Amino acid sequence: MTTTLIARDLTKIYRSGEVEVHALRGVDLDLYEGELVVILGPSGSGKSTLLNIIGGLDAATSGLVRFRDHELTGADESALTRFRRDHVGFVFQFYNLIPSLTAEENVALVTEIAQRPLDPGEALGIVGLGERRHHFPAQLSGGEQQRVAIARAIAKQPEILLCDEPTGALDSETGVLVLEAIDQVNRELGTTTAVITHNTVIGSMADRVLHIADGAVAGIDENTSRRSPKELAW
Amino acid sequence: MMRALDRKVLRDLWHLRGQVLTIGMVVAAGIAALIMSLSTLEALDETTAAYYERYRFGDVFAMVKRAPESVTPRIAALPGVRSVQTRVLRFATVDIEGFAEPVMGEIVSVPAGRQPILNQLVLRSGRLPAGASRDEVVLNEPFAEAHGLVVGDRIVAIINGKRRELGIVGTALSPEFVYALGPGALMADDKRFGILWMEREALAAAFDLKGAFNSVSLDLERNANIHQVLQQLDSLLERYGGIGSIAREDQLSNWFVMNEMEQLRTMSMILPTIFLVVSAFLTNMVLGRLVATERGQIGLMKAFGYSRAEVGAHYAKFVVGIVIVGSLIGIAVGTWLGLINTRMYTNLFRFPMLLYRPSTSAMAIAISVSLVAALSGAAGAVSQAAALPPAQAMNPPAPTVFRRMRLWDTRAARWLDQGSRIIVRNILRSPLRSMLTMSGVSASIGLLVLAIQWNDSLDYLAESYFFHAQHQDATIGLAEPQSETVLRDFAHLPGVLAVEPMRIVGADFSAGPMTHRGSITGLKSDAWLQPIFDDATGRVVPVPAGGLVLGTVLADKLGVSTGDTVRFEILEGRRPELELPVVGLIETYIAMPAFMNIDALNRLLKERPSAEYVNLLVDSRDEPAFYRKMKELPLVSAVMLRRAAIDSFYATLVENIMVFITLFSVLACALGFGVAYNSARIALSERGRELATLRVLGFSRGEISYILLGEVGVLIVAALPFGCLLGRGLSVLMAAAFETELFRVPLVVDGGTYGLSILIALTATVLSALLVRHRVDHLDLIEVLKTRE
Repeated sequence: MTTTLIARDLTKIYRSGEVEVHALRGVDLDLYEGELVVILGPSGSGKSTLLNIIGGLDAATSGLVRFRDHELTGADESALTRFRRDHVGFVFQFYNLIPSLTAEENVALVTEIAQRPLDPGEALGIVGLGERRHHFPAQLSGGEQQRVAIARAIAKQPEILLCDEPTGALDSETGVLVLEAIDQVNRELGTTTAVITHNTVIGSMADRVLHIADGAVAGIDENTSRRSPKELAW
Repeated sequence: MMRALDRKVLRDLWHLRGQVLTIGMVVAAGIAALIMSLSTLEALDETTAAYYERYRFGDVFAMVKRAPESVTPRIAALPGVRSVQTRVLRFATVDIEGFAEPVMGEIVSVPAGRQPILNQLVLRSGRLPAGASRDEVVLNEPFAEAHGLVVGDRIVAIINGKRRELGIVGTALSPEFVYALGPGALMADDKRFGILWMEREALAAAFDLKGAFNSVSLDLERNANIHQVLQQLDSLLERYGGIGSIAREDQLSNWFVMNEMEQLRTMSMILPTIFLVVSAFLTNMVLGRLVATERGQIGLMKAFGYSRAEVGAHYAKFVVGIVIVGSLIGIAVGTWLGLINTRMYTNLFRFPMLLYRPSTSAMAIAISVSLVAALSGAAGAVSQAAALPPAQAMNPPAPTVFRRMRLWDTRAARWLDQGSRIIVRNILRSPLRSMLTMSGVSASIGLLVLAIQWNDSLDYLAESYFFHAQHQDATIGLAEPQSETVLRDFAHLPGVLAVEPMRIVGADFSAGPMTHRGSITGLKSDAWLQPIFDDATGRVVPVPAGGLVLGTVLADKLGVSTGDTVRFEILEGRRPELELPVVGLIETYIAMPAFMNIDALNRLLKERPSAEYVNLLVDSRDEPAFYRKMKELPLVSAVMLRRAAIDSFYATLVENIMVFITLFSVLACALGFGVAYNSARIALSERGRELATLRVLGFSRGEISYILLGEVGVLIVAALPFGCLLGRGLSVLMAAAFETELFRVPLVVDGGTYGLSILIALTATVLSALLVRHRVDHLDLIEVLKTRE
């Protein structure tokens, strides 16, 4: 199996005043092409820090991150921007849609700067929102907004899709719809996907589950079969 | 112990220091402008008052042909008169070694060895002329300095046709010549016009005025009826050739000083108003944003039991904090500018003393006005904060609703990329704020246009007055009206190419109840060296055979127009009272002229054809010889050179206008900078999360800066034409406010002025955008994604 992204011995130390916080203490991670990984851990465990580093939002204090043949360690600001722009799709807990743009325009925002984008309408179709393309965020429910965010993330056909607590702001029923969309994208487009959550239930939809605690990998589970999000409830 | 809420005010002020400082700068600009003009005004007011008082500047002035000293007791006996000073006053040509051009001198008599009763001299060096000596002179200091003359030097004056060598025994200043303006001049020229004080008896002998006088000045009781005094004095002097008395307010030097103060007063109203209005809008914007971000805290405060009034007062204190910052800067800058400004005037007006202290009343006015402006600007936001119910306040505000307009489906809208759509929608979402930002930037450009166009207007005025309305090289004033045969003599002088006579007589005009004391200028029907020139049409108007051509300002004052009849009394000779029809009106920028045919004028005066001014066209190659001749001719009392007048006009202009333009530019930049910076900062604070998201999605710093600053940029560009229009409007207002009987500045705004104003304003706003751009570059990408707005 080819690895899309390799991280080795990542550490991250935040200094605030005289206090040092060790957010990551030597994490190794491989993301294999086409797989869906769930990174599971309680809040404060360092999972978001890990996602930020592999997503090119933040730099590790030490360690190595390589995306295919791009070295991310020590890359400068504009190289990281390039990386995010060309290869990564992000989905956030609070959707982060641009309020002044419609659903379709929010997707177009990304397709306009992508190299081989999907049509914005098609991307919205994949998440089941083709009908609501002309609505502004304020006119959409939370679940719908998150699905627009997923459409926006996949419309550029990224190599990696990173989702940070995508259901964190949603009720269980709506959350399942969002997870279905992520699952569908992973299966149909084969996008390597990492989902961060503190919700253990979600782990069962993944190929692998990475347990993070206290800034280190506490264990890796491999699921022999992925459960459909439809079967999940919390 | 400081209360917790007050600590919060201080920390909020510190946290928002960039905005507090930029608004503070706008407040400071308003306060500085107000303090500067009011302090200067007070200083000028007190300085002139003290100067006039200490050196006994007269209340009334009158010129007469020749009145015997026996009239003096009768003048002193007029009701309301406290003291009388008679004297001899004449113009003369002065020859200064090493200075080719003839110089004009106003010779004023002083009693031997002592100060006159009125219009006393401020001796700056040396002494007053003594009794025994007939060739001692005291020069006015600026004139002496301009020529490097000191006590002990000698100059030559042509006194009543005779060359007299005079020894300088002193230099002095006088309240009578605070602004020493030569006859026919627009600007003071210390090189070509000087005051010569000489001993009375010596002068009287020279001018055949022994036991007589030709100038009188009065000092009045405090409660005297000045109009009555003027009338009675006129009737007393009439038979001795009086040409009409004037009150102090019409005395030339004083008129200029008062006019300058009037302009300052106008400025002290217009400028600060603009700045304080803009600062009100800025505090509103910033406080509105502060309240929005602190909704939760406001709810919490109220949940804890703080009252509406306490919450309102808390935010009001924030505004007070801004005004304090602005006041401190404004007072410091205003006091300093006031001192510079006052020094400039002291230099221009040659006051022997300077009573400048920063005006405390101006400070009090400035601070309270800006406080009221800022608080009323913030009132909306403050009361909104105070009124929020606690439960509602702790919930986040409802998300902004954007609506899709049909417009977006049009083909034209399709080329807009998403970033540009964000810009357009954000502008349209808050039209009021967008408009206010535009107004602020417009005001900044408007102020610049207003300042810079003065140059254009005065340039146009000079062009019209010196180049279109006049073609002579020199205007010669004669000691007495001379028969026209004198023209032939002038025609034979070296270098003289053309000769044209001119006669100017004082006249009291009246039409119905309206009166005006002015003069009538008589011109030859074929006059071309100094013709009747209409500034409005830029054309020469033919000199009518009979009837008067009036300047529109005079016609308006008298309430007459073409076809009406004007009555006038000529203030010399037999003092005939006459009536003539108005046969034409012309627009002039300077003075309030009345023209008629010189031959007709002489006939009315029952005199043979004569002139007291001669306009000459002189070949420049023969200038030295011509000047030499002018210094010798006995009948020449004044020589006015057009080129010298132009030079001094521009020298004065360049000096004063540059100060004015620089000051306005600095103030306007503070304004433009403050508005653009605050608009961009607030947009950043409201949409930081949105921009950080875009960064995470792979947008570069440049791209998100485009989205944020593009909005401000679009508003600034949209404001440009309005700024230019506003500038033009302000210029119209200012021109109207500065209009006087002596001067009307035409409204001219060159294209380059708009361009330069736009360039300066754009520079200021681009700088502020760069500052905000710096912040955009340091957005915390991770933090904003974690928290819900």
